[in-house]
Amino acid sequence: MKNVFIIGVGATPVGEHYPRGLVDLALESMRGALKASPFSPKDLGALYVANALGETLAGQAQLGAVLASAAGLQGIEAVRVEAAGASGGLALRQGLQSIQSGAYDLVMVTGVEKATDKFDTAIEAGQALALESDSEAELGVTLTSQWAMLMRRYMHEYGYAVEAFAPFPVNAHANGSKNPGALYRFPIKADKYRSASQIASPLNMFDCSTLADGAATVILASESLAHELGGRKVRIAGSAVATDTLALNQRQDLLWLTAAQQSTSKALKQAHLKLTDINVLDITDPHSITAALVLEACGFVERGKAPSYAAEGGISLTGPTPLATAGGYKSRGDVGGATGVYQVVEVVRQLWGEAGATQVQGAKVGFTQCLGGVGTTAVSHLLVAS
Amino acid sequence: MDYAKHWRQKAARYRLEGQRHRTSGEVRFPPQSPTLAEDANEWEPFNLSGQGELYSFSVIRQAPLGYDQNTPYPVALVKLAEGPLITAQLTDCTEADLSIGQPVEMVTRRLKDTGGKDGLLIYGYKFRPLLNP
Repeated sequence: MKNVFIIGVGATPVGEHYPRGLVDLALESMRGALKASPFSPKDLGALYVANALGETLAGQAQLGAVLASAAGLQGIEAVRVEAAGASGGLALRQGLQSIQSGAYDLVMVTGVEKATDKFDTAIEAGQALALESDSEAELGVTLTSQWAMLMRRYMHEYGYAVEAFAPFPVNAHANGSKNPGALYRFPIKADKYRSASQIASPLNMFDCSTLADGAATVILASESLAHELGGRKVRIAGSAVATDTLALNQRQDLLWLTAAQQSTSKALKQAHLKLTDINVLDITDPHSITAALVLEACGFVERGKAPSYAAEGGISLTGPTPLATAGGYKSRGDVGGATGVYQVVEVVRQLWGEAGATQVQGAKVGFTQCLGGVGTTAVSHLLVAS
Repeated sequence: MDYAKHWRQKAARYRLEGQRHRTSGEVRFPPQSPTLAEDANEWEPFNLSGQGELYSFSVIRQAPLGYDQNTPYPVALVKLAEGPLITAQLTDCTEADLSIGQPVEMVTRRLKDTGGKDGLLIYGYKFRPLLNP
């Protein structure tokens, strides 16, 4: 695999940005990423835009051209990539492949989502687009209720009570409270978990992320350009996508996220790395059950053990698999199609030693994985400090 | 609104019509177009009995547009007697009545009213705890 490097990153705070539109947010993240690199916009060969719900929530399609022209880059190749919550990782992969193919030496990947112009009911309907239309979403099923049904089944199979899942959001908020760019910058207490109001039982408000506004950008460079440039960079050592059925009811083993497992093992193989080489990770964790199933499918934790693993400190900053170092979906916020790019921005900061209060000491190898739907699309990347 | 989209579903929605494999006897639901590896005639239409048991369930309190007037409402994954899992709303019950493994049966109920002058009343399958277990 030809080497490609991340040479600049930028992101807006995640929030309810009522005064700002999608384009304005995207441009701020692009400026931030370019500022960190010696290049000017005219050096860019192409722009890959990750966005999940532009048509539904922001009333805008063709986001490749929208952002290229807003950035003053009319004329360049610009593409919008959509795979629900996996859009960000997939756009990164498109950018990576465009450089590996030899088409370009320098490209920009921007994830952006603008959600808060709509009420909760429209956001809920937008997120349900990631489910199978006729046999799931049309019947009133929501994305959250799908994870909730997996959580109830998991509790049934492995004998956990609801409060056994509290360590995941407690950890996410503990980290996110120190991230100035997080949506919810406050800690939460485990003893409040059980009494929080229900969203889709058994999932309550303490265990459900909020979709909010934001944009994140990374700049990718070919090996020759990156070497010419010198300075700090991060090598993309592995990149893989796998897909599964949209409908949960079509799966053989519902508590096993097959696409997450497949994309992880493909990416590790490409990178010649083992799971135990990974020092820091940013995964899809809108609910504790999601984080639990991802840890198990990827192979970090044995099946049925993730809640006890989290309770024993496995996911803390000093544990073997530090999770949600920037707050995760729960505290930093779910940024829809942009989340996959936010994950990469956070892991790059960790590898550069710039993660501040939630720095994982000595982190050299990072892992990001974003999921679309209920693990329907899974995109995994391995990032190595260089 | 979406007249044909709902009309196309009538066999599955009204009589739980799935498919049965002509040689292996495997049953699947909902009916699917043949995959690229399958012959068009490998699967035949097959009506499911509508009997099953709860695999898992959730009660939705934050609902999407179109269902936001119905909260709270329960949804479930039901393991049908013939083998497949089906996703559906539950009806005629409260959360306290429900547990994994409980027997349920299919009933036809109104799913939603799309509203407005050209609106549709969409009917389809839901499941309820067995009346006579």
